[in-house]
Amino acid sequence: MTRSPLRPLARILQARAKGENPDGIERENVRLRNEATRDRARTRAQVRLLMLSAGFMAAFSTIGVQMGSLAASVPTEPRRSGAGAEVSATRADILDRNGRVLATNMLTHALYAHPKDMMDPAGTAAKLAAIFPEMKAPDLERRFTDGRSFLWLRRVLSPEQMQAVHDIGDPGLLFGPREMRLYPNGTLAAHILGGAAFGDESVRSAQVIGTAGIELGMDARLRDPAQAATPLTLSIDLTVQATMEEILSAGMVMMNAKGAAGILMDVHTGEIVAMASYPTFDPNDRPNPVLPKDAEPGDSPLFNRAVQGLYELGSTFKIFAAAQGMDLGLVGPETMVDANAPMRWGKHQIKEFEGKNYGPLLSVSDIIIKSSNVGTAHIALMIGGDRQQAFLRALGLMDPSPVELAEAAKVKPLVPPKWPDIVTITASYGHGMSSSPLNLAAAYATIANGGFKVTPTLLHGTTRPAQQRILGEQASRAATHMLRRVVTEGTASFGEVPGYAVAGKTGTADKPRRGGGYYDDKVINTFASVFPANDPAYVLIVTLDEPVETTGPKPRRTAGWTAVPVAAEIIRRTAPLLGLRPQVEVSPLDDITAVKQ
Amino acid sequence: MTEMVYGSMPARVREPVLPRWWRTLDKWSMTAIFVLFAIGLLLGLAASVPLAESNNLDRFYYVTRQAAFGGLALVVMLACSMLSPAMVRRIATLGFAASFVALALLPVMGTDFGKGAVRWFSFGFASVQPSEFLKPGFIVVTAWLMAASLDLNGPPGKLLSFLIAAIIAVLLALQPDFGQAMLVLFGWGVIYFVAGAPMALIGSMIALVGAAGVFAYNASEHVARRIDGYLSADVDPRSQLGYAMNAIQEGGFFGVGVGAGQVKWQLPDAHTDFIIAVAAEEYGLVLVLVIIALYCAVVVRSLFRLMSERDPFIRLAGTGLACIFGVQAMINMGVAVRLLPAKGMTLPFVSYGGSSVIAAGITVGLLLALTRSRPQGQMSDILFRRGR
Repeated sequence: MTRSPLRPLARILQARAKGENPDGIERENVRLRNEATRDRARTRAQVRLLMLSAGFMAAFSTIGVQMGSLAASVPTEPRRSGAGAEVSATRADILDRNGRVLATNMLTHALYAHPKDMMDPAGTAAKLAAIFPEMKAPDLERRFTDGRSFLWLRRVLSPEQMQAVHDIGDPGLLFGPREMRLYPNGTLAAHILGGAAFGDESVRSAQVIGTAGIELGMDARLRDPAQAATPLTLSIDLTVQATMEEILSAGMVMMNAKGAAGILMDVHTGEIVAMASYPTFDPNDRPNPVLPKDAEPGDSPLFNRAVQGLYELGSTFKIFAAAQGMDLGLVGPETMVDANAPMRWGKHQIKEFEGKNYGPLLSVSDIIIKSSNVGTAHIALMIGGDRQQAFLRALGLMDPSPVELAEAAKVKPLVPPKWPDIVTITASYGHGMSSSPLNLAAAYATIANGGFKVTPTLLHGTTRPAQQRILGEQASRAATHMLRRVVTEGTASFGEVPGYAVAGKTGTADKPRRGGGYYDDKVINTFASVFPANDPAYVLIVTLDEPVETTGPKPRRTAGWTAVPVAAEIIRRTAPLLGLRPQVEVSPLDDITAVKQ
Repeated sequence: MTEMVYGSMPARVREPVLPRWWRTLDKWSMTAIFVLFAIGLLLGLAASVPLAESNNLDRFYYVTRQAAFGGLALVVMLACSMLSPAMVRRIATLGFAASFVALALLPVMGTDFGKGAVRWFSFGFASVQPSEFLKPGFIVVTAWLMAASLDLNGPPGKLLSFLIAAIIAVLLALQPDFGQAMLVLFGWGVIYFVAGAPMALIGSMIALVGAAGVFAYNASEHVARRIDGYLSADVDPRSQLGYAMNAIQEGGFFGVGVGAGQVKWQLPDAHTDFIIAVAAEEYGLVLVLVIIALYCAVVVRSLFRLMSERDPFIRLAGTGLACIFGVQAMINMGVAVRLLPAKGMTLPFVSYGGSSVIAAGITVGLLLALTRSRPQGQMSDILFRRGR
């Protein structure tokens, strides 16, 4: 125990000396000291109480002033709070190159319920079930009465349905505004547009996010609030697209094919004017097909054959070997090349179609016109594997297509890991490596446009990097001329369209069997064409999956009988739409007419 | 003569209880409290009707209930104000002990009424929130300990009272009821301040709290979001605060008219935490300023009367009671005008609530008992000034 020292010591000692009790003196001293402390404490407390009073007065005045300034201000309309929790529902429209709407938004409403506010859950459930066939009254009633305070009933309502729900008149049924993605053209350009779905949802709005196609590929751009007012303009021409889809679907039926794809591309800019894949779907109501186990992915209507389909594109590749050979100066159009079939290379035997033999020697032009595997193989061997690979890569046949579709980046052409001479041989006529029709379209555009690299795109009028030459102009022109002769004298004679000088190359490839080898009677037919041949403007690729032409005595499965007529019809119908004038051959006036004039 | 002959003791000459009470009482403060209670009933007539209707009760169910509890509270207040300081200390200490035990038993026997925080004892017809009754008792006990510690060889009252405050704050925070916990700590701080806390300590405490706030802001995303939401200029108009602010703006200077307000239909707490918004909307700024002035008058008058008080216990206890009363009103109104972050706190005597109004009656009753004018030794100062 601490004990304060005896104070005042002098008096206490004095008292002790006198034999008196010093406690009284000490007590008196303590009392006096306590009084002194209390006096000090009181003065200090007075100051502090004054400070407290001032503080309280200041605080209450502040509240009063704040109340006054609030009362003096005009109440504003409720604004949306700036907090980031708000779900942004804005999404830019998508237009075609002429400003026609491909995708837009429509205001609809979602239906939700606050069961605790319901007047008559059972009656409301019954009435709702009468409006919406997918709802069951007992199920709804159970959910309305199990104590929850909120539930979603329907994502999207039509105006008629909304009015019907209004007419129920139950205060527990509420509507939340929804921006719905609408594709007014239905199935048109379905694979390009892809589709959209609701993302984050709140009662007040819902996010619309792309699920496939350009909607997913350009999702960030479309959802960017800063650019929401600026529609996204695609390079698609709606009229041409519609024409191509009509002919492609008819052609697919006529040729008994199970699938078809078509691409129409500007050879100079790489802009895709039309692109279609069959079978197709409606992006407004994107299906979720359940495919049997042994089905190919391409059997799904959602599958975009033009971009996702990897096929051995067959003889259409031959022009690349011819063009590169001419560009390198190894051959000229009339150079005679060994074409003696069958050709032996190690243990492999290279044959021509149906075991023909075009040899022993064939000019380069004739190799293309007659579609000689052996002749192409010899040209490719002259070029050599490394240069061939580099050229095919430069044409974009070995890399995923850079087009703005979400699916494109995931599809990498199938290329053999090593490149021995036998691969050089097979690749030269389009076997042993697979790429998509879109890759082929870009490569053909390069052949036709004078040798400049082409980057396929779906966006209209964007600025492009400086053109990069990968093929000499001479070789380009010669190759185009050869392609023209394929139509006039060779395998694609059905491809002639009066006035539009179609040039092109057919390709027929056996379909690879799952688990190795090839089918005997299943082929992929491709016709890669360029028109008009004298000044190429567009490239058109038509691919048919498992077509068979049955008008003759035996089924015909070559591209010249299936893909070529379909492509010719597309060109005949779309070339005028594209603004190309037919070049009518003016026959020289005969003498009599001349005299008359 | 008879008395002188028989030598019976003369009765002590003493002023009767009631006249003395009336003469020494702070009549202005008491009047202010009565007026506040009347305003509360008036506002309750409008503000509590929507709740009564949604609970299928008589329209003025809550008003009659409040009138009954409030009448009881006023009786308690008057009774408390008649106590002598010694009796105040005695009764408040016993009350504190009882409510402390009740608070400690809450986790075992309390109910949360589905609101997530265990704060109430339910007795069927009424419920009791012990923390409301704890506060006046705690203030008196703290003041007693602090005053005793001022004496030479006195107990270590500052430390003891701080320990009690800390324990109560932890118990309240566990409920969780951070508002009441802060109020208890604030009450202790005010008493310590008036009892002579060193200025250096006060300065460093302020600095420490500031640093802790900055640290919490940087370290916790949740805290940062709350503070940003409070600091940002925009209020979500669909939040309680948004409705309250809109009501104040709609009301303007003279209000939209009695019963014509809308905010009471939109805010579930219109009759308790946001009653000031109802007042502002229906009666305008005028009534709000009257309410503010009444609270301010009670607090400042009490503090001024305590300035001349010589007894340290009376001074400290009175200060603590006046301050928690004033701060509670201040926080409630500060939240409604967005000067303070949202915190549920009732407006004493005006807000609806049985526990709240009775506890406020006890608080103000004790305060009135302590601010009664009594001889402060001025005469002895004059007569026996011993040369200091």
